[in-house]
Amino acid sequence: MLPSAFDYVVPDSLEEAVRALTEGPDARALAGGQSLLPLLKLRLARPARLVDLRRLDGLRYVRKVDGGVAVGGLTPHAEVAGSTLLVGGGRALAEAAAAIGDVQVRNRGTFGGSLAHADPSADLPAAVLALEATLLAHGPDGEREIRAGDFFLGPFATALRPGELLVGARMEIPEGSRGAYVKLRHKASGFALVGVAAVLEMDGSTCRRARLTVTGTGGRPLRLEETEEALAGLSLEDGRAVREACSGAGEVLEDVHDDLHGSAEYRRAMTSVMATRAVLRAVG
Amino acid sequence: MATTTVPKQIGARVRRKEDPRLITGASTYTDDLKLPGMAYCTVLRSPHAHARIASIDTSGAEATKGVLRVVTGRDVQEAIGGLPVAHKIEGLLEPPHRVLAIDEVRYVGDGVAAVVAEDPSTARDALERIEVEYEELEAVVDVEKAAAGGPFVHEELGTNVAFTFPFEAGDVDGAFQDAPVVLRQRIVNQRQIPFAVEPRAVAARFDRGHRKLEIWSSTQIPHLLRTQLSVMLGIPEHSVRVIAPEVGGGFGSKLNVYAEEALVGHLARELGRPVKWTATRTEGFQATIHGRDQLADVEIAASEDGVLHGMRVKLLQDLGAYHQLLTPVIPTLTVLMLPGAYRLRNLQVELKGVFTDKTPTDAYRGAGRPEANFIIERVLDLIADATGIDPIEVRRRNFFPADAFPADTCTGLTYDSGNYQAAVDLLLETVDYDALRREQAQRRERGELMGIGVACYVEICGLGPSAALPAGGWEACTLEVRRTGRVVVKTGVSPHGQGEETTFSQIVADALGVGLNDVEIAHGDTDYVPEGIGTFGSRAQAVGGAALSMALEDVRDKSRKIAGHLLEADPEDVVFDEGKLHIRGAPDRAVGFQDVVTAAYMADDLPEGVEPGLASTRFFEPSNFTFPFGVHLCVVDIDPDTGEPSIRRYVAVDDCGNVINPMIVDGQIHGGVAQAIAQSLYEQAVYDADGQLVTGSLMDYAVPRASYLPSYELRRTTTPTPVNPLGAKGVGEAGTIAGNPCVMNAVVDAVSHLGIRHVDMPATPEKLWRIITERD
Repeated sequence: MLPSAFDYVVPDSLEEAVRALTEGPDARALAGGQSLLPLLKLRLARPARLVDLRRLDGLRYVRKVDGGVAVGGLTPHAEVAGSTLLVGGGRALAEAAAAIGDVQVRNRGTFGGSLAHADPSADLPAAVLALEATLLAHGPDGEREIRAGDFFLGPFATALRPGELLVGARMEIPEGSRGAYVKLRHKASGFALVGVAAVLEMDGSTCRRARLTVTGTGGRPLRLEETEEALAGLSLEDGRAVREACSGAGEVLEDVHDDLHGSAEYRRAMTSVMATRAVLRAVG
Repeated sequence: MATTTVPKQIGARVRRKEDPRLITGASTYTDDLKLPGMAYCTVLRSPHAHARIASIDTSGAEATKGVLRVVTGRDVQEAIGGLPVAHKIEGLLEPPHRVLAIDEVRYVGDGVAAVVAEDPSTARDALERIEVEYEELEAVVDVEKAAAGGPFVHEELGTNVAFTFPFEAGDVDGAFQDAPVVLRQRIVNQRQIPFAVEPRAVAARFDRGHRKLEIWSSTQIPHLLRTQLSVMLGIPEHSVRVIAPEVGGGFGSKLNVYAEEALVGHLARELGRPVKWTATRTEGFQATIHGRDQLADVEIAASEDGVLHGMRVKLLQDLGAYHQLLTPVIPTLTVLMLPGAYRLRNLQVELKGVFTDKTPTDAYRGAGRPEANFIIERVLDLIADATGIDPIEVRRRNFFPADAFPADTCTGLTYDSGNYQAAVDLLLETVDYDALRREQAQRRERGELMGIGVACYVEICGLGPSAALPAGGWEACTLEVRRTGRVVVKTGVSPHGQGEETTFSQIVADALGVGLNDVEIAHGDTDYVPEGIGTFGSRAQAVGGAALSMALEDVRDKSRKIAGHLLEADPEDVVFDEGKLHIRGAPDRAVGFQDVVTAAYMADDLPEGVEPGLASTRFFEPSNFTFPFGVHLCVVDIDPDTGEPSIRRYVAVDDCGNVINPMIVDGQIHGGVAQAIAQSLYEQAVYDADGQLVTGSLMDYAVPRASYLPSYELRRTTTPTPVNPLGAKGVGEAGTIAGNPCVMNAVVDAVSHLGIRHVDMPATPEKLWRIITERD
C-alpha cells in the first residue's frame, strides 16, 4: 500500500496552487485526500506531482451571500453538515454532507474535493444539482462559473479544465423552501447505492416547484424531471399521493448500474422509494 | 480449583490489565519492529486464478537501486520445504504447496516472486519491474463442477476431490422409511474473509554466530510455528525462536503456517540482515486464509410430533487451491457436530473436500462448527414449520435431557455436561415470547415484516484430547515464584485478544493470595515460554488455564510444606489467606507468603526432602473436549420497501461452565455474535467466473460497522465441566456458532407467511426485497 514516487508541493496561495498544477504534466490537487490517497496507495493513480491545498485557509467557509449561501471548496463535510445557514432547501446539502462516510472522512474530506472527484455514487453531487448551485472554478485564466447541471459529465469526469480548482459554490435557498437527502447506503463502502436529494418550493402544504436528483444509479447525478412535474401542484401532506407521484422515478432512468452491489431493477425501484422518502422527509 | 478462602478475583469483572498499553499505543506489533539494518520484503502475486508461468524475468527488479535480492519459486525450492498440513484423514491427496509457485499459479494472490530492498517503497516499486509471462488456464471456480470433473486445479491428481469422508450411524434408511415428514433443503455456508485489524506481518533476524533464527510473527501458534519452520528451513528446532508480539486479532486466520513466515526467515538467513514483510490489505483479502464455504444438501426425516429421526447430508467443502495447516480438518468438525443439542441417532454424511482455484479455506472463528449448527438449527426450524409446532417446543422435544450427561452423540462424541432445558427456561424468563408472537401477528396484519428467531447450540471447546487432534491437544504452563514474591506465569496459549493476562492473573491471585499486579503473564516467545500449542478452539482457559491450575497446586503444596515447617505444624493444616499462610482455625499462627518464598530461596531451613525454589512446569492433557451450549433469540424487522433487515433485539443465554471474568466472557459473546451477524447479513466473498475475487477490499466486502449491530442482552447458566480443574468450558466461538441460525431463523420467520422456508446468507436487502416483491 505504498504509492509510486511523486513531487510534493504545498502552495501558500491560490495563484501558486494553479501554477503548480499547470507547470508540468500529471499534477493532481490534494484536498482532504479521502479518495485520492487510497487511489495512490493502490497505485491506481500515479500523479507526477501532488499539490497540497491545505494552506489555502480562505477556501474554508460556509457563509451567507446575497440570496443564498456560499460554501468554500476546502470546507470539510462536517462543517457543511453542521452549518446553521443551511436551512430550508439548504437541508438537502447539509444532509448529503452528513451522509458521507464516517466521522473521520467527514472531518478530513472536503466539499470541493468530493465534487471535483465526481464519484458517480457520491452524495454531494445530488445535493448541488438539486439546489441548482453555481460552482466556482479558479484556473490559469482566473475565475469562472459553472452551473451544477453542466458540471458533472460522467464517472469521475467534470467540466473543470486542466489546472482549474473547484474553489466553492453558491446556491440560492428560496424563501420557505424545504430540503432533504436520503440514501440507501452500500453496506461496505457507505456510498449511495441510490441517493435522492429533494428541494421543494412550497405554498403552504402545496408544492409549487420540486427539484429532485438521484445519485448512484448511473455515471453522474441526474434530475428526476418527470417526478418533479408530478409533484408540482401536489399537496405533500398526502403521503399516498407523494408515493404515487414518485412511483415512476426510477423507471425512466437509462443506463442504470447493474453490478455486484445492486441490480438495475433494484436500483430503479429504490430510486422511487428514496424519492418518496426524501420528499416526505423534506416536508416532515 | 481448590482455594481455601472464598475466591475474590475469580468471577469478578476485573478490568483487563493489557488494555492500557493497547489503547494508548504503547504496545509493539510486528510491523512496529525496526531492527538495525532491516530490509523490507514484498511479494509479487498472481493476477490470474489459474495460469502456467511461461517465464519470469527478474532482471529489471534486480537492477533497481536499493534492491538486495529477488527470488522466484525455483530459486528457493531447495532451501525451503513445502507448507505443512496437519491431519489424520485417510487417503488425503496432498499436492505440493510451495512458498512461491513453481510453473503454475492456482489462485489470485498465489505468490510468484519476492523482493527484498533497503526500504519498503523500493521493494514495492521493484515488484512492477518483474516481468512474468502467463499462459492462462481455465479456472476451476464452481465447487460442484470441480467435484464432478475437470479441469483440475492440480492436473497431476486427475481429480479435484482431495478426500472423501463418509460417515454413517444408526439406521438411516429405516428412519426415512415411512417417515411422515420428509424434507429436503440446500443449505449454504458462504465463503467468509477473516478480517483482523492487524494484517499478517513477519520479521526475521539470523544470528550468524549462533546459527540461530529469530522470527517475529503475528501468529496464534508460536510453538507450532517454531517446529514447522525448523522443518521447512532445515534449522534445528532449538535454534529457532518465534516471538508473537501483540497480535491484533486472528479469528483463526493466524492459526496457520504461512509461506511468508518461512520465506522471510530464509531471506534473513541468506542476506545476513533482518527482513520484514507486512501484508497489505489487499494481501489480507487474497493471501490469508478464508473461512466457511460449504454447500450442504440435507434430507430430513421427522415424525409429526416434531422429533428428528434421521438426516442425510451431502457436504461439499471448497478447500481453495491448496491445503493450509488445517484446511481438510475443518469440515470434519462439521460432521462431528451435526447432531447439535439433539438426540439424533441416524445420520449419514458424505463429505467431499474439493480443490478450486481460490484462496485456501481454513479455520475461521468456530471452524466447522458454525456450519454444523447452521445446518441443524435450520433443520429444526424446517421441522417446526412442517409440523406446525413452535420452534422452541420442537427443540425441547429433541434435546438431550438434563439427566443424559455425559451424553453420547451418534457421531462418537461424549458431551461432558449440560442442561439445555434450563437455558431455554432462562431465555423465556428474559423474553416474553408469547407477547412477541402476538406482536408479530399484529404487525403482519399491517403489512409489516417482523421475525423471531431462536437457535440453540452445542460446540466443541477446550481443544482437546491429543488423540483427537492432528498436532497435540495438551497445553503447558510454567509457574515461577520469584524471590520477591512476584509471580511469573509462562503459558503456551499465546493470546490475540482473549485477555489471558487478566484472567490468568485472577486465577493466580486467588490461589496464592497475591495481588493481580504481582503476577506477570508471559506468552508468545518460544525462548521464554518453554512449550505450548496455542490459542484457538476456545482452549485458552479450558486447557491453558487448567495447566496453570496444576502448576499452582504444586506451588501451593510446596508452600504449605515450607509454612508448616516454619510454623511447626502439619502442612495439611496450613491454609492460604490473603498474602499469608496460617494454621486452620488459628489465623494468628501465620507466616507471610513472602516468608515462605524467602525460605524457599534462602534454602537454609527447608523441611527434609524439599528442594529449594518455588516453581513448577506442568502439561495438562484433557480427557475430553468441553461442550458449552446455550440458546439465542433475536427479533428482526425487514423494511418492506427496501428489504433492509434490522435486528431490534438480541438475547443470548450462554453456558460456558465456570466463568473467570464475566466482563471478558461478555466481550467474547459480543464479538462472536457480531461475526455471526456479519455472515448472516453482510459478508460474502464473491469470485467471478474467471476466479477473480471481486470483493477484494473494504469497499466491496461488508465488514459491519458498530452502528450496524444491536445491543446485546446477555444471560448465563453455569454448568461446570468435569474435564478440567477450573470447570471452565471456553467461550471464544459461542456467539459465532449460535448467531448465524438465530439471525437467519428470524429472517425466514419474517417472510414465512409469504411461503418462504429458507433464505441463503447473507440476507441482503436486495435478496429480501425480491422475496417480498415477488410474493406481493
